[in-house]
Amino acid sequence: MPERGEGTIVERPLRLDYDYTAGLAQSRFLKGIAQKKILGERCPKCGKVYVGSRGSCPTDGVATDGGEVDLPHKGTLTTFCVVNVPFAGQSVECPYASGYILLDGADIPLMGLIQEIPHDQVRMGLRVEAVWEDEVGPTLQSIKYWKPTGEPDADYETYKMHL
Amino acid sequence: MVLRATGKAGSPFAAVLGRRPVRTISASGAAAYLGEAMRDVAIVATAQSPALRKEERRNEVEILMPVIHELRENAKLDQDDIGFTVSGSCDYLQGQPFAFVTALDAIGPWPPIDESHVEMDGAWALYEAWVRLQHGDIDTALVYSFGKSSPGDIRRILTLQLDPYYLVPMWPDPVALAALQARALLESDGVSEKDMAEVVARSRKHAKDNPNAQLKGDVDVDQLLNEPMYLSPLRKHDCPPITDGAAAVILAAGDKAREITDRPAWIRGIDHRIEPHSLGVRDLTDSPSTRKAGEVAGVGSGKVDVAELYAPFSHQEIILRRALGLGDGVNVNPSGGALAANAVMVAGLLRVIEAAQRIMDGSADRAVAHATSGPALQQNLVAVLEGE
Repeated sequence: MPERGEGTIVERPLRLDYDYTAGLAQSRFLKGIAQKKILGERCPKCGKVYVGSRGSCPTDGVATDGGEVDLPHKGTLTTFCVVNVPFAGQSVECPYASGYILLDGADIPLMGLIQEIPHDQVRMGLRVEAVWEDEVGPTLQSIKYWKPTGEPDADYETYKMHL
Repeated sequence: MVLRATGKAGSPFAAVLGRRPVRTISASGAAAYLGEAMRDVAIVATAQSPALRKEERRNEVEILMPVIHELRENAKLDQDDIGFTVSGSCDYLQGQPFAFVTALDAIGPWPPIDESHVEMDGAWALYEAWVRLQHGDIDTALVYSFGKSSPGDIRRILTLQLDPYYLVPMWPDPVALAALQARALLESDGVSEKDMAEVVARSRKHAKDNPNAQLKGDVDVDQLLNEPMYLSPLRKHDCPPITDGAAAVILAAGDKAREITDRPAWIRGIDHRIEPHSLGVRDLTDSPSTRKAGEVAGVGSGKVDVAELYAPFSHQEIILRRALGLGDGVNVNPSGGALAANAVMVAGLLRVIEAAQRIMDGSADRAVAHATSGPALQQNLVAVLEGE
């Protein structure tokens, strides 16, 4: 028996496993990635193009069946974070820059790593392009990282609605 | 970014705090205590997805979206016409935190809507909507519920609702607890395994008329009794199937309900009660919370044509019938009930929908709907629905 004032610690290991269903729209997106294509889907109501669509326009609540858009692999860094603090399950060594890339013609950004540029030069409006892995599959890890294109920075006005 | 007006409510009242208080209502038994003062609220439209063993291709939003569209079309309402939207679901089923928020992608919550959620079966979301409509400032509410039981191990997931110190370490899953309950019932009085098999045979038979049901057909009681034990005294058919699905209803108050449909299913009484969390202090052969909720909702004050009872295990239907005092003349579970399809988090709301449908199509004048939650019938909700 524990002495007065002491607690008893019960170890209770717990694990739940799931079969994840990507869904119809995300499956189309991931199959595109496996062919080195970044496919967007348009909302038939508001016209916005979703990349990595979950099947519906979250604003209008309708299926994103207004047309598939084969997007360029180039876009604008709208916002970013330089990660200096390690955390459990981290797959990249610190420090690294992670950011939101708004592809040209898309209305929602993709998340990715920003490399081939010193961290203190990463900035909003930076123009970037995808660097693909040699072997690609139905996973966003097929895009290794995003690197600067060398183009002049995008004007804030062009992406302020997507922050 | 899409802004969302999202609230998460543990109790129905968390969602309405801060709004202008029109009336003071007690959390349970409001109908009985206030009687005439309550606003008449009815179910005016329903929709449901087919019950499937495994939705292999569609995600939750893709299952829910056509159900919501069909529902609003049935009521001829746009989301802008809905005063309050509330869902019932469980993130553990999907294995994704805030899954209930992503589900709003199926609704179209823009411009921002007045919205809430209960981490419970959709029947309790319906209760919150009913309470919200009592405030008198809105006339319509949309209630939806979704659940894919197939992605995870539903028996392990439901075990996690038990007391984490003394029970969960032993992993007594819902089937094990139901077996204990069934054994206690068989040993307590006149209930036999044959009575349980008869519940199964009738449920499967009724489900033949339900295009959305999962398990249906003519089965012979003696044949069922020849099946091997699964977890004694339960045979596999005494247990519910694993089901993926979604369902939704629209509630409307007073004349708004009559405007939307010719024959609304009026909620004449609704109440929910809970028993202790600890299984050891309960009499598992009885359901006092169902009895109390049934009394407050007014089950016994008139003839019951149809009762839809959420009894996931065959013997539980016997316990519930007794607690609600339902005689042989009552058509129990004409939809086939949870033994024919059991989308966890949806199945309780579906009982209300199936009962309401029979009022709305004129085949019944007075119906009882029941929903349960928690281990071995711990918590129970009862509603009495009537035509006009």
